[in-house]
Amino acid sequence: MFESLGLLPTFPLLGFLTLFLAGGFLPRRMIGLIGAGSIGLSFLVALSIVMPFLSGDSEEVRHVVYTWLSVGNFESTFGLYLDGLTVVMILVITGVGFLIHLYSTGFMIDDPSFSRFFAIMNLFVASMLILVIADNLLLLYLGWEGVGLCSYLLIGFWYTDPENGYAARKAFVTTRVGDTSMAIGLFLLFTQLGTLDIQSLLVFAQDRWDIGSGFAIAATLLLLGGAVGKSAQLPLQTWLPDAMAGPTPISALIHAATMVTAGVYLIARMHPLFELAPNVQLLVALIGLATLLIAGFTAMTQHDIKRILAYSTISQIGYMFLGLGVGAWSASIFHLMTHAFFKALLFLGAGTVILSLHHEHDIFKMGGKWRQLPVAFASFMIGSLALAAFPFTSGYFSKDEILIGALAVEGVGLWLWLGGVVGAFFTGIYSFRLVFVVFFGESRGHHDEGEVTGLAMALPLFVLMVLALLGGFIHIPVDNVFSHGAALVATHEEHSVSTFMHAVMIVVPLLGIGVSYLFYCAGVFSVSSLMKLPLAKTLHSFWYSGWGFDYLYKLLFISPFLWLSKVNRRDVVDTFYAGIVVLSVFGNAVSVRSQSGLLRWYILSIVIGIVLLVSLGAFL
Amino acid sequence: MDTIPFEHGLLLASALFALGLVGVTTRRNIVFVLMSLEIMLNATGLVFVVGSSKWGHADGQIMFLMILTLAAAEVAVGLALIIQLYRRFKTVDIDVLSQLKG
Repeated sequence: MFESLGLLPTFPLLGFLTLFLAGGFLPRRMIGLIGAGSIGLSFLVALSIVMPFLSGDSEEVRHVVYTWLSVGNFESTFGLYLDGLTVVMILVITGVGFLIHLYSTGFMIDDPSFSRFFAIMNLFVASMLILVIADNLLLLYLGWEGVGLCSYLLIGFWYTDPENGYAARKAFVTTRVGDTSMAIGLFLLFTQLGTLDIQSLLVFAQDRWDIGSGFAIAATLLLLGGAVGKSAQLPLQTWLPDAMAGPTPISALIHAATMVTAGVYLIARMHPLFELAPNVQLLVALIGLATLLIAGFTAMTQHDIKRILAYSTISQIGYMFLGLGVGAWSASIFHLMTHAFFKALLFLGAGTVILSLHHEHDIFKMGGKWRQLPVAFASFMIGSLALAAFPFTSGYFSKDEILIGALAVEGVGLWLWLGGVVGAFFTGIYSFRLVFVVFFGESRGHHDEGEVTGLAMALPLFVLMVLALLGGFIHIPVDNVFSHGAALVATHEEHSVSTFMHAVMIVVPLLGIGVSYLFYCAGVFSVSSLMKLPLAKTLHSFWYSGWGFDYLYKLLFISPFLWLSKVNRRDVVDTFYAGIVVLSVFGNAVSVRSQSGLLRWYILSIVIGIVLLVSLGAFL
Repeated sequence: MDTIPFEHGLLLASALFALGLVGVTTRRNIVFVLMSLEIMLNATGLVFVVGSSKWGHADGQIMFLMILTLAAAEVAVGLALIIQLYRRFKTVDIDVLSQLKG
């Protein structure tokens, strides 16, 4: 029955083809049915595969559908691989994906390009599924590129506004830098190890490369480059906030629950390689830590509801990278799952708010909305509690595991833990800043709007609320995946963490919530008096701009490139071809003089010709 | 009596032919071009006659009759064309016929 693994991406692919080719002719209900139904079918297929797998004995399952390339020694197949990690990923992708698709049938109902939306969403889910069930890196790369493409298409969904096109291109080009790094990493792995099949590759690497060997470092660095691009971490995090230009359901699906977790999946999947290069693994943790802090600072200053959530995503994925970097593999995947739940919940709730308030994005133009928008209020409360790791929500368990794992690293472990705790403090602040400003206090605008809901939009929100609250009790079956070799040390051990540290980890987010309450709800402190402090305005605008990365990249890369293209406007390389043209034109100008049109000239030429022929005949 | 040597006849014919050729290529007035053409034709006729005299047949002289007929017909057509040219371009300068230029 594991042959049905191939069915997983097939349903969304078929959905894509149908909607792409015939979407213009179908009625809305049908489009919604096909679009959301294909993902629902995939979810059922995923369940039907997972149940027997979990109750069976096998650790992994492989199934080859089709041989893609077979050249010399290299063979690449559409081979599918199932183990505990894959189980988590496919359930999250199809499950949360289905809920988001269902929500979109309500959210996007008035949009004229309804069928195009679902077509591309289906293609996205298909690519993401291919990415996670691939058994070789080439097929994974296919899925990787596919999700990048769909992200571009969906960010620029409303293409008539050039700003959206710019955001889409920015996302695509930034992730492309990462993709190139990953491709070079694949070349390196292939030339050194002779195969791209993941499991064989990992075995060969562990046999042939010593810990800390140059090849391991190079390969993992390159793969990390790819992961950093896709997951919007330092230094390639600039595209994610601008990607909020797309419709809210895609921000939920692509930029919160699934695509941005592809980098985390890649590193988790290739974890033996990273264990061979401990320095790079530490780098992963440091990147995660730096990103989560930077994004935390920025999220506190934003006022667009979606941008706050975007920076929050960047920050949370920083936590996942931190977990990967310290060897807490299962904790990171657990956080990936819980993050998918509560972030999707938050984004879909934000979608309800935006839609109900007629596309208002600025939180300071809202206020006191808890009565007007009850379902959204509930979503945001539950989602923010989970995000801020309120005790016993799903986010609490997963974040705790990561931070405990961070403590296990000798040397910098305490600093990593401390950084994570500071990040949790900020998370509490910015998440509840959002809740208090939007839903409490006096209403600053949009007094009369009622909530836009329907069953299609409310049902996913309720399911996600339950998952965000109770998801922490799900035990993910990744023990077998991460319990080989060096990873044995870092999984599910009870670390000797003092009660004091546990208490700190519980209290700090609550402190954050409290600070936010004092500022935005109770009015005890106020932001405007903070802004009067020296340097406050500079700091604020620095943090607001995402720590100046856009400015930096514009200075370093974009402006020189534009200058170069302006200088090369006449295209230096083209002068060779232009030269050929000039030569032919000159030749033509010379030859055309012989066509004078004069009768006597023609007669003369005939005569000369005859004379020449006769003399040739006479003398030869 | 001494006959004129054969070579002298050919030489005369070639000289006449060359003169005619030069006339055709050099003259601008189309009537003179036709006249030069006539000279060329007559030169070839002279070659025929000289040849027939050398070998004692009368075939050359008959050929000369044919050439004369041909020349007459050609001149008739040529003059008709000249009249067309004059009607069209109001001149008999053949350099106006340069519409094949370029």
